[in-house]
Amino acid sequence: MREPGFRTDGTWVGADVPRREDPRLLAGRGRFVDDITLPRMLHAAFVRSTEAHALLTSVDLSEVRGVPGVVAAFDAAGLGLADITALLDRPAEEFTPTSMPVLARDKVRYVGEPVAVVLATDPYAAEDGVEAAVVDYEPLDPVVTETAALAAAGAPVHDEAPGNVLVDVSLFATEGIDAVFDAAHTVVSVEARTGRQNALPLETRGVVADWDDRDEQLLVRTCTQVPHQVRTVLARCAGLDEKQVRVTVPDMGGGFGQKCVVGREEIAAAAAARRLRRPVKWIEDRREALTASFLAREQHYTARAAFDADGAILALEADVVCDMGAYSCYPFTAGIEPLMASAEMPGVYRVPAYRVRGRAVTTNKAPTAPYRGVSRPQYVMVMERLMERAARSLGLDALDVRRRNLITEFPYRGINNITYDPGSYLESLDLCERVLRDEGWHRHTEPGRVVGIGYSCFSERTGYGSGAFAQRKMQVVPGFDLSQITMDLDGTVSVTTGTLSHGQSHETTFAQIVADRLGVPYDKVKIVQGDTDRITYGWGSFASRSVTIGGSAASAAAVKLGDQLRALAAHLAGVDVDTCELDGRGGVRAADRTLPFTELAEVAYLRSHLLPKDVGPGLTATASFDVGGDGTFSNATHGCVVALDPGTGGVEILRYVCVEDCGVAIHPRVVEGQARGGIAQGIAGALFEEVLYDEAGQPLAPSFMEYKVPTAAEIPDVRIEHLETPCAFTANGAKGAGEGGTIGAPAAVLNAVNDALRGTGVELDSTPIPRHAIFAALAPHEEAS
Amino acid sequence: MTDVQLVELTVNSERHELAIPPRRTLADVLRHDLGLTGTHVGCEHGICGACTVLVDGRPARACLLFAAQVENAEIRTVESLAGPDGELSDLQRCFGEHHGLQCGFCTPGFLMLAEGFLAEEPGATREEIREVVASNLCRCTGYQTVVDAVDDCASRRRASLQAALDTAGSTR
Repeated sequence: MREPGFRTDGTWVGADVPRREDPRLLAGRGRFVDDITLPRMLHAAFVRSTEAHALLTSVDLSEVRGVPGVVAAFDAAGLGLADITALLDRPAEEFTPTSMPVLARDKVRYVGEPVAVVLATDPYAAEDGVEAAVVDYEPLDPVVTETAALAAAGAPVHDEAPGNVLVDVSLFATEGIDAVFDAAHTVVSVEARTGRQNALPLETRGVVADWDDRDEQLLVRTCTQVPHQVRTVLARCAGLDEKQVRVTVPDMGGGFGQKCVVGREEIAAAAAARRLRRPVKWIEDRREALTASFLAREQHYTARAAFDADGAILALEADVVCDMGAYSCYPFTAGIEPLMASAEMPGVYRVPAYRVRGRAVTTNKAPTAPYRGVSRPQYVMVMERLMERAARSLGLDALDVRRRNLITEFPYRGINNITYDPGSYLESLDLCERVLRDEGWHRHTEPGRVVGIGYSCFSERTGYGSGAFAQRKMQVVPGFDLSQITMDLDGTVSVTTGTLSHGQSHETTFAQIVADRLGVPYDKVKIVQGDTDRITYGWGSFASRSVTIGGSAASAAAVKLGDQLRALAAHLAGVDVDTCELDGRGGVRAADRTLPFTELAEVAYLRSHLLPKDVGPGLTATASFDVGGDGTFSNATHGCVVALDPGTGGVEILRYVCVEDCGVAIHPRVVEGQARGGIAQGIAGALFEEVLYDEAGQPLAPSFMEYKVPTAAEIPDVRIEHLETPCAFTANGAKGAGEGGTIGAPAAVLNAVNDALRGTGVELDSTPIPRHAIFAALAPHEEAS
Repeated sequence: MTDVQLVELTVNSERHELAIPPRRTLADVLRHDLGLTGTHVGCEHGICGACTVLVDGRPARACLLFAAQVENAEIRTVESLAGPDGELSDLQRCFGEHHGLQCGFCTPGFLMLAEGFLAEEPGATREEIREVVASNLCRCTGYQTVVDAVDDCASRRRASLQAALDTAGSTR
């Protein structure tokens, strides 16, 4: 490992430098939101709906206010906040606007929906207060499944959407596609369901807010991936100027998308702090996190694909229904999952004809947010099942069918009107297969168990620019990122980013990028993130955008500052600026001498009379970046070996190989960490985790006893191989690496299970893969032998 | 208001006198009464292990204990691992070197779990380590690098013990 200092060989980018985040986190000296305690701080707890669907007839908090320690309690009328509303710029037949009240008003739409907030001097008393609330309901028939939602038999979840459909888009519909299906040699179909999941950051959501009279500002410390969006929504809900709200983000214990939408509780707690003029803390407990936070992933696919006799895909058609729960999330709306699936389902394959219908239905379940991968784990799984099924039907090797269809010439303009930048789709498949073959897994057997191998090929659009989101017709269009860089008197540098690390090591990787651009030591670059007063505007971290977009902005700002330093050196040395260059060691070479940054900074700050007439004091530069065109595509192939136990239906993963290509890896070890962690979450979705509800809409997995998060006993070691196709559109050649692991894993695991079941006549297409289905498939087989 | 009880706790070799309600958990007392916020709370029902501390040397879930229950025990938290000058311990350094942490929220729990386990089983195999690591939840790493870190720390401790024995042997 390279020690901090000036670079002597190569560059900081690409080196596994020690993480800047580690010392404090390892020592237990990080600062997470629940670590913050303020004088006179109150603790919030929420009265939550016990009904899935009901009219709210009365909320009586009088007993609550008498509980020892309770200071105040508010219902919706008491706080008087405006609703949270997220919109798409789509016509009425495609999108039905709904809004989410901060506290339920008139009606509740899921078990766990916040109805009132109780403020007390300690969290125990706040929970005592919650128990004293008396809420009366007039129950309505709950809409619990997507089938019930589409049947629209009873009271709708939202009156604005009588059919319970919030988004309904039909896209692409290639001319003549029906004739292609009619004439095709082979048509295969897949019907798949994927279970509802919880992104499950280990740190639950939380906030500490207080009104500062000196700054005339509501200071909100909250664990969010999107601080500026929280500021905007809070300002709107509470009728404040944006300047009257400052959102800062302490250390965060993961997010995975659940924290990239604005939560109702953070708004309510902040509003209570302002009302009471006392600090308020709210820390979500695990039961709330499992039942009443934001969920994801519950989708239903009906898909078919036409192939010729040689295995070339001719057409793809899909109907995708996403169960988005009770509310549209801000800023993405309920369109997040169906729009992603519809836009990108053809994936890594050359699909000549495509038709898709994507719908978001609303049900009486906790609302959804983007979760790592957003729809891609699902549609990749369906595409990979179609490939496998076609291979079986045609009597071809499934990898050869993939090879026949993989995009190999770039840039490739897809049927979905997206241009793919160069990747290593075929190369990653070849390498993944070779690794598993060389390790002997294609011949592997296990006594008493059935072994199977599965693969998945996919790409992952990352670094969505504003153009890509505008194409989705989001009214709030994320995309750009801004960076401001400042060099201080001593030659050290700080750089702001609107992206926000919550485990992804931005303090490290952004410092590597800037250190290279300026030629300053890595440990002399400080990254400033998560503070709406210090960062002009930003979109936070999601969709693997941080290094791609934020890193490019930081890079561009550093280049601008470098130009300022060169110009200043040229002036002081009396030479032409074109002859001056950064020396990579903290100085500028100007003709026959070198001016250290410290000397230039001294002029910029302390001896400004020496500056050129048209140059102001200080050393600071701002730059923005927005990925042009359709963004950039990371890609990977995953291969996985499973052993099935006929006695229990259990699945053990014996080997997992990931060949990934995220362009230039700024910090390879961090990239590997992202891949491994993502794969673990993908395996979790394939085999273990599901948020289930009973027919009354009561959540059945309110604790870790029921919601089975895999441990080190279930998650295998993962071998990772890197390919590198540098990206031409980003400043550093990086393409993004946050989500890929999660995207590829369910398909690889499902295909491996199906490979093991080959010969039983059973094919499984849904996740989490039911153990009983494996048991049933293997049981007669077992008896016969 | 709930009754208050006088409780004496020994945490990281320091004695503390507290007046707390009997229902107050050890995790809350450590974090909010003593300001030792390195111990994290991830589930409050004993599954995730983020709150793991050592009670008389053994890993325990601080969220499942009342502070009043452990009056006569020696409690150790993650804050005890680094030296007085802040220098990280060998175990902590191994986590850093193997990228055994990302967001770092679960890390104090894994560190204390491993600290307690390795003290008892210094000769643990990688498989035994994996089994113990399976006591706690991590949502970022996929566990592999956590197992690597603990395994490497165990190997290094064994190697340095062996080296010390060899030196002692050769000087005799």
